[in-house]
Amino acid sequence: MTGLVISDLRLRIGQADILNGVSLGILGGEITGLAGESGSGKTMTGLVLCGLQPAGAVVTGRVEFTDSDRSIPNLLALQPREFNRLRGRRIAMVAQDPVASLHPMLTIGTQLTDHVRHHLRLSKQQATARAVELLERVQVPTPETALRRYPHQFSGGQLQRIAIAIAIACEPAVLIADEPTTALDVTVQAGILRLLRELRDDLGLAIILISHDLGVMSAIADTIAVMRYGTVIEQGSRQQVIQQPQTEYARELIAALPQVPPPGITTDAGGQPHPDAQPHPDAQPHPGVQPHPGNHPHSTRTGA
Amino acid sequence: MMGAILQLDGVTVRYGRGASAVTAVAGVDLELPPGQIVGLVGESGCGKSTLARAICGLQPLAGGRITLAGEPIPPLGHRRRPARLLRIQMVFQNPYASLNPRRRVGDQIEDGRRVATRPVGSVSDLLTEVEMDASAADRFPHEFSGGQRQRIAIARAMAAAPDILIGDEPIASLDASLQSRIASLMRDVALRNDASLLFISHDLAVVREIADTILVMHTGHIVERGPAERVWAAPQDPYTRRLLAAIPIADGLGRIPG
Repeated sequence: MTGLVISDLRLRIGQADILNGVSLGILGGEITGLAGESGSGKTMTGLVLCGLQPAGAVVTGRVEFTDSDRSIPNLLALQPREFNRLRGRRIAMVAQDPVASLHPMLTIGTQLTDHVRHHLRLSKQQATARAVELLERVQVPTPETALRRYPHQFSGGQLQRIAIAIAIACEPAVLIADEPTTALDVTVQAGILRLLRELRDDLGLAIILISHDLGVMSAIADTIAVMRYGTVIEQGSRQQVIQQPQTEYARELIAALPQVPPPGITTDAGGQPHPDAQPHPDAQPHPGVQPHPGNHPHSTRTGA
Repeated sequence: MMGAILQLDGVTVRYGRGASAVTAVAGVDLELPPGQIVGLVGESGCGKSTLARAICGLQPLAGGRITLAGEPIPPLGHRRRPARLLRIQMVFQNPYASLNPRRRVGDQIEDGRRVATRPVGSVSDLLTEVEMDASAADRFPHEFSGGQRQRIAIARAMAAAPDILIGDEPIASLDASLQSRIASLMRDVALRNDASLLFISHDLAVVREIADTILVMHTGHIVERGPAERVWAAPQDPYTRRLLAAIPIADGLGRIPG
C-alpha cells in the first residue's frame, strides 16, 4: 500500500524538544490532515518527511515509505544523496505562500521543467510538453502563454495552482501541503481545495494537509490528526474528530471558531445544523496563548 | 471625554497616473461615530488597506475628504504629526514586523503613553487590559507568540489614548483558534476606552461577531453596508453572498464551500 508510516518520530534542536514522538499512518488516496496551532510541530513534521529539517536537528524514530515500485524501511536512515533522488520526485511539497516559494526571476516554464528534466531525464521538448499538460491539469488558463510568464504576472490563486503543478510534475506518491490556502482569499480557497481532492482521486496521492483551520480540514481531509506539544493527541476520521472530539484540547479548538454558519448553509438534509456539529457543552474557551516550540509544559524531555 | 467622529466623504485614492492609473478606492463614504465598531470586509486588492492608510494620512487622496472631529487629516510629511491626529492609532497585520525587535515591550508601550492627549493607565495597567502579565514589560517581542505579540501591539496602540482605533487585518496572521478571541479583545478594549474601532478583515465570520455595522468592499467600492446581523443573515449584494458562501464550516461533513 502506497504511503508513509511514521513511528515515534522525535526531533530536538539544542535543548528544545520540537517533536515528542509522532506516530501516524498516511495512506495513498487519502488526505490526512495535520491540525494544530503554531508551535505544535505540524510544519516540522512535514519538513522531516522531506528530509528538510533544520541543520543541527537530532531526529530519531522511523518513517517507512512505500510506493508502487519500492519500499524504504526508514527515510531517516537515508544518505543525503539518496534523499535527493526522492525529494521532489516521490515526495513533494507545496508551501504556504506561492509568492515566496516561486522564484521571482525565473519563468514559470523554467520552474516547471527544471526538476522534471533532472529527475525524469526528459529532453527540453518533452519537459515542456509535460509542463503544458500539468498546467492544464491544475486549470491554469492558456498554458503555452503561461509558461513564458513570471510569477508576478499571476494572481495568488493561480500561483498556488502553479506551485501544485510543480509539486506533482514528477508524479510523486506523497504530497505535503503546508497551509496551502492560508495566504489566499476565501473565494479562491475553495478552488484549491477542490483541486487537491481531485488529485487525491485521480492520482491516488497520499496528501498530508497541514492547516490550523478546522474549516479547511472539514472540507477535504479524510482523517485528521490533532497535534499539540509535538505529539499527535487525537486522530480519527474527519467526522469523529470534528463532531465528537475526544480530547479537551480538540474541543477547545473547535469551540474557538466562529459558531454560527452563514445563512443558506445547512449542515444536514433537514436544513438544521447537525446536532453533533455543536461544540461540546463542557468545552472551555481557548486560552488564547500559543505554546512556544521547545517549551512544552508536558514535554517528556525538557528539563531532563 | 467623548471621542471624536471620523468622517469620510467620497474618498478616492489612485495609484500611478495617466492611462495606467489604478483607482484603489473609488468614492467611499464612511462615518465612524464614537463607541462604534465598524467592520470593513473584502478580499485582497479591494482597497481596504489603502483606505486605512488614507485615514492615517499615509496615502494622499485623489478626491473627497477625510475629517476627524470636523478637521481635515493632512497627508503625513516629514514634520511631526499634529497632536490631534495621534488620536488615530493603528494595529497592523503582522506583529512580528510592527513591533521593534530590539526594544523592550514596556518601552514601546511607554512611547505610546508619552503622546497621549489624556491620562492613560500605567504600562502594567495596559498589559493587564490585554490579558498579559505585567512582567511582559521587561521582555522583548521575540519572547512572545504571535497572539501575545498582537496583544502587545493593541496595548501599544491604546497607550496613546486614541479616539479611533484601526485594525488592518489584525488577526490574519494568527491561528484560527485565536482569531475570534483577539478580535473580541480589540472590541472590548476599544469600547472600555470610549474609542471607536474600524476593523478591517477578509473574514466575514469573525467580523460579524464583533462589529455593529459591516461594510463590504469590492474593487474600491462599498457594495453593501448595514447592521452586522442583517448583512450576515440577509445579504443583498451578489458579491456579499459569494463571500458568505465561500466560508468553510467545521462540520465534519467533507463539503467544499462555494
